[in-house]
Amino acid sequence: MWSFYFNELMRSLPFFLKGLWMTVAVAGLSLIFGTIIGFFGGIMRAGRNKPARIIVGAWVDLIRGTPFLVQIFIIFFILPGIGIELEAFPAAVVALTNLTASFICEIVASGILAVPKGQREAATASGLSYYEQLRFIVLPQAMRSILPPLVGQYVLLVKDSSIVSAIGVVDITRVGWLTVQRIPEGLMVFGLVGLLYFAVCYPLINLSGYLERRMTVVSTKL
Amino acid sequence: MFETFNFRIILEYMPLYGQCFLATLWLSGLSLFGAIVVGIISCAMRLSHSRILRSIAGVYIESIRSTPLLAQLYFLYFGLPTIGIMLPEWVTGVIALILNSGAYYAEIIRAGIQAIHFGQIEAGIASGLSYFQRMRYIILPQALGNTIRPMLGQAIILVKDSSLLSLISIMELTRAGQLLTSERFMPTEGFLTTAAFYLIIYYMLKAFSGWAEKRLIFQEEH
Repeated sequence: MWSFYFNELMRSLPFFLKGLWMTVAVAGLSLIFGTIIGFFGGIMRAGRNKPARIIVGAWVDLIRGTPFLVQIFIIFFILPGIGIELEAFPAAVVALTNLTASFICEIVASGILAVPKGQREAATASGLSYYEQLRFIVLPQAMRSILPPLVGQYVLLVKDSSIVSAIGVVDITRVGWLTVQRIPEGLMVFGLVGLLYFAVCYPLINLSGYLERRMTVVSTKL
Repeated sequence: MFETFNFRIILEYMPLYGQCFLATLWLSGLSLFGAIVVGIISCAMRLSHSRILRSIAGVYIESIRSTPLLAQLYFLYFGLPTIGIMLPEWVTGVIALILNSGAYYAEIIRAGIQAIHFGQIEAGIASGLSYFQRMRYIILPQALGNTIRPMLGQAIILVKDSSLLSLISIMELTRAGQLLTSERFMPTEGFLTTAAFYLIIYYMLKAFSGWAEKRLIFQEEH
């Protein structure tokens, strides 16, 4: 029986690869948008404008304080009530972008604040404007402490993307859920699902660890 | 959306929300306790001298960290019955949460222990302290100071992750929102109330984290 189910599972492998592609598409799009929005949010959060700081801080708290599953239900079920109707795929991308942006915002803000104050003062003394300071002095140095947790956040993004299966996006997890109705071998089916996630996440985790080691070595040399 | 916000229906469902709030609290409390125990054990295995124990802990931690919780949850939920282990849903859910957070706790504790300067241990040896005395009086008190913040951060993540248990039909906060959606078709009221309850837990843990950090970091400075 076991080998019969195994053959069945191998036959539905293309279905799993389609799911993998969907996971990569959802996570990849959210990664791009989330990084861009997160950097702007982080610069605002570490910036001079107090109202902007407070608003961004409240947004980050709201996103951090609620489970992603609830957020995606809110976007999928409640936004149509105010006239924004989204299909499952765009809704998933919007929800994941929002989540990732809020976390990246915190990473970027703390990276900017970790740059010693003297750097900024020296830049002011050299007559650089606020944006020139950010662009040429602060951000390049902040990148060192931003990069490792940023890649770590991308791992979380891939893993959190499994939750969009709850609104019917056919990603790897959803494919596993659908397959297990037909092939009742939960360990085998979700073992394969786990393996596919592992193939995406494990290199990213190692990249994050590598960056962390590299960046710390450089900073202790200084 | 908000002109038609129906507070009466929330009031009517308040007993259900109260019940579900408590369910979320004790499900995540139980998982938190189990996860810390698992974390301590697997961290000890990871740092032990035995190569076998080290690699078992390594495989466990790496495979948990590179797959999503939802896939792990489905793995147990659909997989355990196929090998003849029948458990109530909530037990499966708590096991999944414990195994998942346990791996993260192992990493947090390990980072906390390894952040302690080696000179501290040498000084302990030079003073004639035994291994357990060094652990008890030198390493663990400092490691606790280092790790209290990430530990509470992981506790917040654990509470939010417990929302996924609603997908295997366990009654908890997110499930209450889903019920309000399916019984009365009121997703706005349902999920915003759910989110509000999660925010209560989040802000309490966050305040506690700030308080604990102030007290424990102070001790560490000496």
